[in-house]
Amino acid sequence: MHRSDPRAKIVALLVFLVVLTTSRRDLLLIALGLGGYLCFTILWSRLPLIGALGRAAVVLPFSIAFALVCWMSGDPAKGVHLAAKSYLSALAVLLVVSTTPLPTLMRGLEALGAPRFLLMVGQFLYRYLFVISEEGQHMAKAAQSRGATAAGIVGQTARFRAAAGALAVLFARSYGRAAEIHRAMLARGFQGHFETATALRFRKADLGLAIGGSLAPVVLRVAVERWF
Amino acid sequence: MAPLIEVRNLVYRYEDGAVALNGVNFRLDAGESVALLGANGSGKTTFVLHLNGLLGAEGGDDRGSVVVCGMPVSKRNLVAVRRKIGMVFQDSESQLFMPTVLEDVTFGPLNLGFAPVEAEERARAALDRVGMAGATGRAPYHLSAGEKKRVAIAGILAMDPEILVLDEPTTFLDPPGQRALADLLQDLPQAKILVTHDTSFARSICTRAVFFQQGTIQASGSIEDIVDRFEWDFTPARTNPGR
Repeated sequence: MHRSDPRAKIVALLVFLVVLTTSRRDLLLIALGLGGYLCFTILWSRLPLIGALGRAAVVLPFSIAFALVCWMSGDPAKGVHLAAKSYLSALAVLLVVSTTPLPTLMRGLEALGAPRFLLMVGQFLYRYLFVISEEGQHMAKAAQSRGATAAGIVGQTARFRAAAGALAVLFARSYGRAAEIHRAMLARGFQGHFETATALRFRKADLGLAIGGSLAPVVLRVAVERWF
Repeated sequence: MAPLIEVRNLVYRYEDGAVALNGVNFRLDAGESVALLGANGSGKTTFVLHLNGLLGAEGGDDRGSVVVCGMPVSKRNLVAVRRKIGMVFQDSESQLFMPTVLEDVTFGPLNLGFAPVEAEERARAALDRVGMAGATGRAPYHLSAGEKKRVAIAGILAMDPEILVLDEPTTFLDPPGQRALADLLQDLPQAKILVTHDTSFARSICTRAVFFQQGTIQASGSIEDIVDRFEWDFTPARTNPGR
């Protein structure tokens, strides 16, 4: 899975998402089947299953909030469907992202015709998340060295305001740092397109992955809808 | 002989109208190494950012001309100009942005259109040159400051530029790291421009210095002359608080 061509994984992912999101009848059974299929693929890819299941749960606070709205408006089944679909979608995306380096994934998306501007935004967003995180760590150290604690912020208006101000500074600093990185990229000939050292090669095994990975969720859904 | 860089009457204003460069004239010949000295905010970094079109290539309020290896620096020539001038920034942390050292050093050659195999060969040769051949698979953020600087320089050398521009290259480096960097730079055949406050380091690399003041070049000459004239060396205070 890790060495497969990104285009094969992206195609299989897209089919999986279409199958999942368009399912209505017997969704819970289909979701169970698709969940099992994802778990099997995660284990086959030698990724930590528990870690992956936990990380995919990051979408749950948002989807559960919407699910609760559906529940309160008298359609609890819709709420459950929403939560299940969003969780499995996140798990499937996580699987592909975990087995494909980001530049390669972007290259695959580009080869499949995804808009270049969108890909650039994705790449920079990914890179700058780390920039913000690093700047945040630097500022936290500076604050701690002057006696700041997380507990001190809570319940004290002045300190809370100072912390909120620091957040604004964090974004300003991150912006400055991001501009430096962009400048360094331009200085090394960056023209808006990330080149990768390894050329994409679509082999027979990739074709097998694309076909098998796409057929599996379709067959599963058809089987559940026909026989259960 | 035609100069590698020729700057004539360069003027640059920031967006708020503040004048950063006010009629700068500069020339760099092949094989020459020049130190840019001057106070913080005197325009040194703004000046070097014009040399490869990171500033000023769009036109705007700029006046004057910058010619690199016979090519005027303009939007049309940016790729060719950036192939000629390699810029090493003050903060190597910001210059190294790829997941591994090898990928980072390969970034430039790939952008210049080299085939992946050739780009990797160039990257490995550049890393070997700076003594970092064993670090290809390491994450840049795990390196020491001196190693980061070396990898940043390798990233530039892999593009085979004719001119190296180094902005405060000794920042974050300990004395052994500074010595190693000086040895490395002395061995490189490219013409060099050093933006620095470290006059000892500049003496070890450069044959000439120019002094920036309020956006203009006030003087040009040997490093000793410039240091003497502007008292641009660190001398300890007369009273020693330790005694």
